Amino acid sequence: MEFWRVPLDAQAIEISRGEVHVIEDRCKGCGYCIEFCPRGILAFSARFNKKGYHPPEVLQPKSCVNCHYCEIICPEFAIYSVDLSSLQPPGL
Amino acid sequence: MTGDEACAEGALAAGCRFFGGYPITPATEIAEHMAERLPQLGGTFIQMEDEIAAIASVLGAAWAGQKGMTATSGPGFSLMMENVGLAVCTETPCVIVNVQRAGPSTGLPTMGAQADMMQARWGSHGHYEIIALAPSSAQEIFYQTITAFNLSERYRTPVFIMTDEIIGHMSEKVIIPAADRIQTEWRPKPSGRKDRFLLYKPGKNGVAPMPAAGEGYNVHVTGLTHDERGYPEMSVDTQAQMMDRLCRKILDNRDDIIMTESHHLDDAEIVLVSYGISSRTSMAAMQQARAMGLKVGFLRLITVWPFAEAQISALAERVKGFVTVEMNLGQIHLEVMRAANGKVPCHLVGHPGGTIIAPDQVIATLKEAF
Amino acid sequence: MQAATTPRAGSALVPEHPLEDLIRSDRIPHIWCPGCGIGTAFAATLTAMKSSGIDLHKTCMVSGIGCSGRAAGYVKLDSFHTTHGRAIPFATGLKLGNPELNVVVFSGDGDLFAIGGNHFIHAARRNMDLTVICLNNLNYGMTGGQVAATTPHLARTTTTPSGNPDAPFNLPLLAWASGATYVARWTVLHTRELTESIQKAITKSGFSFIEVLGPCPINYGRRNREKALQTLKLYRERTIIRNHADPSDLDVDFTKQVILGEFVDKERPTCIENYDKTCRLPE
Repeated sequence: MEFWRVPLDAQAIEISRGEVHVIEDRCKGCGYCIEFCPRGILAFSARFNKKGYHPPEVLQPKSCVNCHYCEIICPEFAIYSVDLSSLQPPGL
Repeated sequence: MTGDEACAEGALAAGCRFFGGYPITPATEIAEHMAERLPQLGGTFIQMEDEIAAIASVLGAAWAGQKGMTATSGPGFSLMMENVGLAVCTETPCVIVNVQRAGPSTGLPTMGAQADMMQARWGSHGHYEIIALAPSSAQEIFYQTITAFNLSERYRTPVFIMTDEIIGHMSEKVIIPAADRIQTEWRPKPSGRKDRFLLYKPGKNGVAPMPAAGEGYNVHVTGLTHDERGYPEMSVDTQAQMMDRLCRKILDNRDDIIMTESHHLDDAEIVLVSYGISSRTSMAAMQQARAMGLKVGFLRLITVWPFAEAQISALAERVKGFVTVEMNLGQIHLEVMRAANGKVPCHLVGHPGGTIIAPDQVIATLKEAF
Repeated sequence: MQAATTPRAGSALVPEHPLEDLIRSDRIPHIWCPGCGIGTAFAATLTAMKSSGIDLHKTCMVSGIGCSGRAAGYVKLDSFHTTHGRAIPFATGLKLGNPELNVVVFSGDGDLFAIGGNHFIHAARRNMDLTVICLNNLNYGMTGGQVAATTPHLARTTTTPSGNPDAPFNLPLLAWASGATYVARWTVLHTRELTESIQKAITKSGFSFIEVLGPCPINYGRRNREKALQTLKLYRERTIIRNHADPSDLDVDFTKQVILGEFVDKERPTCIENYDKTCRLPE
């Protein structure tokens, strides 16, 4: 995206990145995380979990901004995201 | 002081520091006395919005680590029954006083009866064992209230005090001993690692230690059928295990729980069986009958539930009959019959409620029995 | 397959679910149906408990009976699953028995407002220091979808097969009129606002009430032609946030518009403060 004017702090702003984790066997397939992900990066997988539901999978892992909405809308404690920077040592 | 006041004083002496109540004749004076005395002793009195809330608050206070009590009469006792079951199932110590009045329904609010005895036994749904005491004087209700708390704490179970309007409202001399002469008990407390604690794993006596909320045990307490962890478990086996333990902690300790008082049972041919206010009638009748030369004995039930059936079965082997005296139309009478098991005749001196039974009525029945 | 699903959560490489330490994970998955809103409201409650900074060892959850009543069984804190309708008086005894405890009541609309309605208004009147969270799913879910005190007029349930002839309660209005010092309403879709509200309610003393609208897709939705996702879309399209709205405007009618927000936030001496001041002898 091109800016007409570049914000003065454009260099300082970091878009947070997250990594989504799914505890597949807890999922009951309600689809809330998929429907309400602001980046639209989730979809039902073709797999079945232990209970016979299709858990979500991450289609575009790099697009996750770690907003945690999937985590807080999930009624099942089955999906959550973690700050990617906290997982990797700096410089990796 | 009155029986109701003596009951309240007994509770305070036992260490009760929470009372959740609701006004009802003839039990109101207990609440009134507690409302005045509890805040002086650092305790809390609350008048709840109904009897259901009253007993629910007592159970909550018990899990906060308090000894709690409520007091009511017939209609309120009926309303409390569901939460009596919760107390049994969750093994929550508490004391419930029923100052009995004549029923059914609103009945005779200001007049006594003893007609809630079977409700005390079976009033809540499901099968369970319960402890109920029956005091016969203001002095005795003072001591029995302490005993009720001690039993409740020892066995982690609700305990009923089945008194009546007559004792509740009668003024008698009550001697309150010094605090150091009163023995009070507390529920067994857990020890060991908190993260490995099992809420319903019984210790000796079949009773499990009980932590209070806020002590770090993260207990889960439910009225659903539960396993040793306290977790709901919808299975036939868990139900059987839980029921077995709940019943046996009372039944296996009957010798410790059942208290009776015997008069002239050694040579008795006919035995009067009575409890509460009617035992005073029975005592007088026994003395009059003895003066007439009739060999009458008297078994006073201090603990009504669990029932003293072993004692009555043993007596049935050697006496000629039983006469049960109670202010209802035959409740404990049926239990006496069951324990006598057809070996000897069992008679009833009953009364529909409203006034005390006169000794003459007992004498008349005794004469028939001889 | 995504790297995201391996390695396993909780392993050395992957942190656990952020609420793992507050749930009885040996009891998960819970009993709530797919799409049920209770799990989301329950998770928001746990998040709020954690973020509020209160001492969790001194925090208890009390529930009544019903689907929402099962919440107490999943929280790894001292938790009490009581009788139907009686969570509030039980919680009252718990709080009075040990005023140091933070007591959160989590239960459903049927439990708190039909069978337990009397206890709700009296606890609010006394300003008992409780946080009451009501998951309102507009019907009795546990028993298969019967009409409740919150079921909209004309909605179908198993006991109103031709539609509900009665009018529902406006819960925030009832709470306001009874004297609650904090009253809010959110839907499970408004999870962040809901969590903030619960956090505020937990840290505030006095009687706090939060109504959470959540779908019951299996028992209510199915009979009223509403799938779980459709209900959530209604929550997005037919709600408006209006803090401090007039409580009498807060009827739940999704054919029009449903107002969400924080409606009451005031101070009043609590039950315990008043008791200590009035009934105890001065030192």
